[in-house]
Amino acid sequence: MKKTLKIVVLAKQVPDTRNVGKDAMKADGTVNRAALPAIFNPEDLNALEQALVLKDMFPGSRIDLLTMGPGRAAEIIREGMFRGADGGVLLTDRKFAGSDTLATSYALSRAVAKLNPDIIIAGRQAIDGDTAQVGPQVAEKLNLPQVTYAEEIVGFEGEELIIRRRLEHGVETVACSLPLVVTVNGSAPDCRPRNAKLVMKYKHAITPSECQQDEVSCYADLRTNRPYLNITEWNVSDVDADDQQLGLSGSPTKVKKIENVVFAAKEAKRLTGSDRDIESLIQELIASHTLG
Amino acid sequence: MNNIFVYCENEEGKVADVSLELLTKGRVLADTLGCELEALVLGHNLAGVEKELAEYGADRIHIADCACLAPYRTLPHAAVVCGIFKEEQPQIALFGASPVGRDLGPRVSSALHSGLTADCTSLEIGSHTDVKTGKEYQNLLYQIRPAFGGNIIATIINPDHRPQMATVREGVMKKEKAKTPGKGVVVKVDANKYLKDSDFVVRIIDRQIEKRKINIKNASVIVAGGYGMGSKENFQLLFDLADVLGAEVGASRAAVDAGMADHARQVGQTGVTVRPKLYIACGISGQIQHTAGMDQSAMIISINSDPEAPINKIADYAIVGDAMEIIPKMIKYYKQNSK
Repeated sequence: MKKTLKIVVLAKQVPDTRNVGKDAMKADGTVNRAALPAIFNPEDLNALEQALVLKDMFPGSRIDLLTMGPGRAAEIIREGMFRGADGGVLLTDRKFAGSDTLATSYALSRAVAKLNPDIIIAGRQAIDGDTAQVGPQVAEKLNLPQVTYAEEIVGFEGEELIIRRRLEHGVETVACSLPLVVTVNGSAPDCRPRNAKLVMKYKHAITPSECQQDEVSCYADLRTNRPYLNITEWNVSDVDADDQQLGLSGSPTKVKKIENVVFAAKEAKRLTGSDRDIESLIQELIASHTLG
Repeated sequence: MNNIFVYCENEEGKVADVSLELLTKGRVLADTLGCELEALVLGHNLAGVEKELAEYGADRIHIADCACLAPYRTLPHAAVVCGIFKEEQPQIALFGASPVGRDLGPRVSSALHSGLTADCTSLEIGSHTDVKTGKEYQNLLYQIRPAFGGNIIATIINPDHRPQMATVREGVMKKEKAKTPGKGVVVKVDANKYLKDSDFVVRIIDRQIEKRKINIKNASVIVAGGYGMGSKENFQLLFDLADVLGAEVGASRAAVDAGMADHARQVGQTGVTVRPKLYIACGISGQIQHTAGMDQSAMIISINSDPEAPINKIADYAIVGDAMEIIPKMIKYYKQNSK
């Protein structure tokens, strides 16, 4: 077993769909997506924690956060660095727009191939789509084994990594040699908080695009002397990806229609316990997909 | 022939409910399309499994019986499923949105470069015209699912790639034996034909099947009871409703203190904070201690005999009446109206 590991954590910046309180509602009862804060996808934080546990076991290991998204997604790379990641890569390009899970997985797999890690750890799923597809699809694209629904990376036995994973009604412990893809379930331990020293160390870490936008000096000298403050930014050609497999053209699934779910007004609707009232309420809940 | 395939998850030959539900739905879709319904069973000790699958409408049943396929592991199952799909060219392939289906489905969809829609709540057959090319498509699978934390409902199609793949959660579709059983023709699969040594790189070293833990935090629907439910016996009615809706049961502190419910079910400041899609509060007055733990629920229904109960101030629907009479009605009308 190697003394140090190269670990890539796949992470996504997502709108906080769990906190669609009544403030984020528009007058017509639909969600005002712009009003939702952008956050580090919760299960990706569970994934980062498992990477940090591995790094604790094998000091000198390196953790890179890989995220695909617009320029502002660099925020979660910094957040990861404040919690113990060593650096990150922002995969960003207009050509990624409109990608479904398969096209996204293809793009991520190209970047992972370039990073060439020993282990790839991702959250089970992102809260804006809830598909849980990207982890397994990245694994397939790289022809690597996958272990999903992981709750704990226990450690090594010989050359094999031991992982405890959740089943529908139970738990399973598996062993697998490297490299592999692990997706981490929300029931795994929470991620450790920011470390004050790391916040001081990395607070000026930025991507080249952020540097261009920053018209005031942007601490240029600082970043020359301290290369760890430069967050890597890659586009399609940097990862040698095929345009045809990206964006809309690379996505087998198409969105035919989107309907907003309309929530009832704030004032409670008063119902009696009559059969008629109860039946129409149940029908309404089924029609709005609240039930079923 | 381009048929509909259902991957039938099983534990030692006992087929999971979610797979039988998919066969029930698959039968309807196959009749609409005028094609056959095929079941795919991978595992060990599968003798006799075909009888039940035919009752649920399967015309052809592919059985891969091999010790190497049980318990479930991703790579061997993916290799066999992909191998069969390449030969049989299904137009639609359905998987349970269980930990197994959500592990296997994406792997297969990536290998075959066919799209997959997760956690569909409804599947329909319909047509589509591409806006850009004007190309017309008939008999596509509409994969309908909530997205964005349940705030939008999206209809997804897969116009140019086959199979059209979808996963569906347990309890979403109705489970019902077919009026006329399927033909039930058994196709024995030689799994080894599709497998190679590297498919066994992940080894299972321990496996514990445990009793389900109470987990109200991640439930999308919660039926909660308060002191107003009156007794532990009456609380059972909440479990009945939760069973039917696929929900979890929560409780107020007063109900837990009175011994009506387990502490793990307590919602509120000293319990768990929940944000389900739907929270049904039965006999809960709505003290701030309780509402602090549930007022971010997307929808709240209260059932309370007191029209002035504070819970009604945050409820979207306030039903005034006796929970003991209203809950049985909810169960009855849900059963009548759900698919």
